[in-house]
Amino acid sequence: MALIDLKEIRKVYNSGKHAVEAVRGVDLQFEEGEFTSIMGASGSGKSTLMNILGCLDQPTSGTYHLAGEDVSTFKKDKLATVRNRTIGFVFQNFHLLPRTSALENVELPLLYSEDNLSWKEIHEKAKYALDIVGLADRLDHTPNELSGGQQQRVAIARALVTQPKLLLADEPTGNLDSRTSLEIIDIFQELNSKGLTILMVTHEPDVAHFSDRIVTLRDGLIRSDKKVERKSAKIAIANWIDEQELIDAVLNEERV
Amino acid sequence: MKWTAVPYVAVKALRRNLMRTLLTALGIIIGVAAVITMVGLGQGASSEVQEQVNRLGQNVVLVFPGSRQLGGVSIGGGSANTLTVEDARALRDEIPEVIAASPEVRSQRVVVYGNRNWHTRIYGQSADYLQIRQWDVESGRMYTEEEVETAALVAVVGQTIVEELFEGADPIGETIRVRGLPLEIIGVLAPKGMSLMGSVQDDIVVVPYTTGFQRISGRSHAMVINVQVYDENSMEIAQMKIEDLLRERHNLAPNQENDFTVQTQEDVAAAATETSRIMTVLLASIACVSLFVGGIGIMNVMLVSVTERTKEVGLRLAVGARSPDVLMQFLIEAVVLCLLGGLGGILLGLITTEAIANYAGWPAMFSTEAMIIAVSVSALVGVFFGFYPAWKASRLDPIVALRSE
Repeated sequence: MALIDLKEIRKVYNSGKHAVEAVRGVDLQFEEGEFTSIMGASGSGKSTLMNILGCLDQPTSGTYHLAGEDVSTFKKDKLATVRNRTIGFVFQNFHLLPRTSALENVELPLLYSEDNLSWKEIHEKAKYALDIVGLADRLDHTPNELSGGQQQRVAIARALVTQPKLLLADEPTGNLDSRTSLEIIDIFQELNSKGLTILMVTHEPDVAHFSDRIVTLRDGLIRSDKKVERKSAKIAIANWIDEQELIDAVLNEERV
Repeated sequence: MKWTAVPYVAVKALRRNLMRTLLTALGIIIGVAAVITMVGLGQGASSEVQEQVNRLGQNVVLVFPGSRQLGGVSIGGGSANTLTVEDARALRDEIPEVIAASPEVRSQRVVVYGNRNWHTRIYGQSADYLQIRQWDVESGRMYTEEEVETAALVAVVGQTIVEELFEGADPIGETIRVRGLPLEIIGVLAPKGMSLMGSVQDDIVVVPYTTGFQRISGRSHAMVINVQVYDENSMEIAQMKIEDLLRERHNLAPNQENDFTVQTQEDVAAAATETSRIMTVLLASIACVSLFVGGIGIMNVMLVSVTERTKEVGLRLAVGARSPDVLMQFLIEAVVLCLLGGLGGILLGLITTEAIANYAGWPAMFSTEAMIIAVSVSALVGVFFGFYPAWKASRLDPIVALRSE
C-alpha cells in the first residue's frame, strides 16, 4: 500500500459570496521511499495541496490515507499528533525560533511528542539529528549566528528529529543561493537513499530535476505526473564552477 | 506534551525578552509591594494602638460628663458640666473597688521660663494620676495629697517641656510661669511617646487639680474623671457601682438618662482599633487597585506578545503542538510573570515597610498572611489576564500563522 493515497481531493474556500475551488479533484499516490517534486504556478493549488498533505488543513471532500490511516476524518488535535509523529516540515524561510540555540530549535517537536521522552533522550535525539545535517559543532549557535544554508539545515534536523516517514519541504531552496541549494538537495538525496519519503514543492525546474518524479499542477488539477532521471547533487557540487573561475573564464576569453 | 516542558518553554520565552519581562513584572511587583506595605503598616499601626491603650493604664474607667450615646465612642473632652471634684472624691471613698480617682481639667496655655516660652497642655490631676496612668517620674517626685489640698503651686513636667524650656537641663527646683502664676517644678515624667490620637504625650505639665481648676483653667467641673479599679475582675461591678453612685449624687430620677458616660479603656481600644482597621482596609483596597492595573499591563503585553509571535505559534502547531499546549504555554508565561512579580513585590514590600516604619517610628508587622494572599492574588491575576491572550494564541490557524509576517 502506498504511503500516501489521495482520492478525489477537493478543497473549496468560501470567501464572502464567492466559493473558490482551489483543488478540484486530485488523485495521487506516493510510495514509500519516493522523492517527488510538486511544481506549479502560484494559484495552481499546490500550496493548498501541501497544506492538506501536511495535515495542516482538511479537504472539503475526498479521502486522504497517510501510512494506512484515513486522516481526512481526523479532528484537530489528532492531526497535530500525526504532524508530530509522521511528518517533518521544512519551510522556505526556515521558521527557526529567534534567540534560541540550534539544539533547542531541533528539540522543539520532541517537547510535543506523546512518547514521554526524558530530557536526556530529547537532548541526544536532537544532537543526533544535527549530526546528520553536519552541524554537530553548532549546537549552541542561535539562528542569527548561522548562514542561510546552516539555518535550513537546522530546520531539516528539526524535521528529522521525530524520525518521520514523510518529509514535506515547501520551497526549501527558495531563500538560498544556488550553491547552498545544491547542498540542501544533497542532504535530501542522502536522506531519501536511506528510505525517507520526500515531497518537495518548488518552482525551479533545475531543483525539481534532482528528484525522481515531478508532479505539475494547474488550476487545481494535475497537469502532468512523470518519472524523471534523477540528477545527483553530489556530482553537481563536484562540477561546481565558483565565481572566481567564472571571472577567470571571462578574462581568458577576452585575452584570446 | 511533556509536562515539565510547559514551564520550560514558558520560562525560555520570557528569557528571550528579558527587558520586557522585567518591565511587565514591575507592574505586579509594585502592586504586591503596595499591598504588603499597606497591610504591614496598617497592622503595625493597630498593634501600636493596642500598645498605647495598654499604656493608658490597667483597669482604668473613664467617666465623661454628659450623655454620649450618639456617634458611638468618642474620647474627647465633655462639654457638659455635670461632674464635680466631689464626685471624684466620692467615687474613691465610697466604692471599695475603686482605688484611685482623679478629676481632670485640661487647658492650653503658654508656659514661660526666663526668656523662653512654650505652648502646652496643662493637666489638673489628683496625686493618684500617675498611678492610674502607670506613669513614672524620672527624677524628682509627684506632688502629695497635702499639696493638692492646699492647691500648692507645684508642677510635674513631661520630657518635651524639659527640652523646649530647659534645653535638656535639670529643671527641678526651677520656677515656670503660667499667666503670671509661678509654678515650682518638683518632678520630671518618664518619656511616653505618642498618644492614641497622635499627640505627643510628653508635651504636658501636670499640676494639682485644685491649682488647675481654680488658678489656671477657671473651670469648676471636671472634664473627665480617671478612675482606677482594683483588678480586672472588678471592672464590671465597679462600672455599675460608679453609675449608681453618680446617679444618686446627681439626683437623677429612674426615667432620666445618665448625665455622664462610663467608658472602659477596652471601649476606647475597640474604637481606636476599629479606626485603624478601617484605615488598613482602605489602604489595602487602594493597593489592590495598583495590583489590578499591573494585571492589565500583563494582559496588554501578552496580547502584543501573541501577535508578535504568531509565526512561532504557527511553527509550534505545525510540529505537533495541540491547541491546549499553546494555551498552557501562554497561560503559564503569564502566571510565571506574575509569580516573579509577586516574589519581587514581597521583597520590595518588606524593604518599603521597614523603611517607612523606621521613618515613622511605627512597629512594622510582616504579615505572612498578606504575603500569601498577595502571591496567590498575583497568580490569579496572571491566570485571569493571561487567559484571553493565551486563548487567542491557541485559536490561531497554523497555515495563516506560518504565513504571517
